[in-house]
Amino acid sequence: MQSLSNRSKVVSDKPMTFMEKLYLPAILGGMWITFTHLFRKHNTLKYPEQTKAFAPVYRGMHVLKRDEQGRENCTACGLCAVACPAEAITMVANEREQGEEHLYREEKYAEIYEINMLRCIFCGLCEEACPKEAIFLTDRLVPTEYERADFIYGKDKLVESMDYRIDITDRQSTGKRTEK
Amino acid sequence: MLEKLILVGIIFTISLVIAMYATYFERKVAAWFQDRIGPDRAGPFGLLQPLADGVKMFLKEDFIPRNSDKWLFIMGPGIAMFTSLMTSTIIPWGPDIVTASGNIVLQVADFDIGILFILGVVSVGVYGIMIGGWASNNKFSLFGAIRASSQMISYELAMGISVITIVMMTGSLSLRDITEAQHGMNWNIFYQPLAFVIFFVCSLAELNRAPFDLAECESELIGGYHTEYGSMKLGFFLFAEYVGMFISSAVISILFFGGYNFPGMDSVEGNTLAVLGVVALFVKIFFFIFVIMWIRWTLPRFRFDQLMHLGWKRLIPLALINLLVTGLVIAFTSGWFN
Repeated sequence: MQSLSNRSKVVSDKPMTFMEKLYLPAILGGMWITFTHLFRKHNTLKYPEQTKAFAPVYRGMHVLKRDEQGRENCTACGLCAVACPAEAITMVANEREQGEEHLYREEKYAEIYEINMLRCIFCGLCEEACPKEAIFLTDRLVPTEYERADFIYGKDKLVESMDYRIDITDRQSTGKRTEK
Repeated sequence: MLEKLILVGIIFTISLVIAMYATYFERKVAAWFQDRIGPDRAGPFGLLQPLADGVKMFLKEDFIPRNSDKWLFIMGPGIAMFTSLMTSTIIPWGPDIVTASGNIVLQVADFDIGILFILGVVSVGVYGIMIGGWASNNKFSLFGAIRASSQMISYELAMGISVITIVMMTGSLSLRDITEAQHGMNWNIFYQPLAFVIFFVCSLAELNRAPFDLAECESELIGGYHTEYGSMKLGFFLFAEYVGMFISSAVISILFFGGYNFPGMDSVEGNTLAVLGVVALFVKIFFFIFVIMWIRWTLPRFRFDQLMHLGWKRLIPLALINLLVTGLVIAFTSGWFN
């Protein structure tokens, strides 16, 4: 049969020669291989002291962004919930009242916005679906909890605080839609 | 008498400390061979790791299975530990130390039957494993114990025969005489390389070390004879293995690599010679401990029929042929046929 990859090896079950039956040359050869490993560079990352940088496209815990003036971007359009293949996102929309213009950017906002982190598969489709650049996946990890209910993240955990803004400028989807 | 007691104390401590640090070194060597760093958290370079392991072992629950034979279950690790420590009594650690009130012999007891004593005590050591595996009342433990004992019987024969060649060359069973006969660089390895290979392979098998660690192979027997053990009783089993490694390295050094002899030893004398001799012996011992670990982290485990095949059909005939050839050469050189 013709080889497709040119990497195939013909195997045979011919009996071992005397030198092979001795085992010792093979054992010494193996020991030489392990010996060379003594002087090789190790690949260990001393974790708590050293950390590995996340890839810019890493998809971790979500954030609900605010704009420059601190108003929430999300308008509760529900596209993220529709796009979500795991059905992890639920929301309840509400209308912006008079005097709340500094809190919400548009007339409609999400009163309740919940992501079930146990359902979420971190595919990033919510981020792709969002027309308002409100939701992004970040390089933060979802911490472990003891109760299932604690994994349902509400707005208190998702919306970024103005004092500690989440940098998402490296995200691929950032600014794509504003260019158009 | 007092000097012997002190010597026993020192050797006991050294055996335990070396066994302790052999566990640390084993993990380090494994890490180096696998391009890792190994334990480095407890103390500088992880040097306190053995202490941490020991404390952990002591603090664990001392559990005895309900259906086990309680006394035998406790005795098993005791026997294993006791026998592996007992062999160090007849190791000649170095040349005599010269003092004003006479020479101090660096050997607890110089038996005339030295090497036989070691072989005997090591064979008793398997009782620890057997009793431990039997008393656990667990089929995997029993399998491990059976494997250990059958392996021990198979390999002790070849081991004994390869030792006989050395005994024939030296004309004495005493380890001190065997060491003295290898003065300077006149080591037995140059005359008996085959006996060395056989003895080394057999001592790996006697130690239950990889690639012959079938008695405790995790993948088949879930730990083998020590499946049911925990706490310091497990610790004793593992510790006995490391003490045994130290002792068998010492025996290999003495039988084949000249013990405390080193090249150029005639140019020094007195206590300098004693100190350098002890250092030379320990350098050889550490080297063989390293080689044993090196083999463990290189070779995969034998299958049990392969183990028996190697023991009975390869090593014993080879050892017998070696014995025969050695005997003929000795007979010719000493002029028996003239």
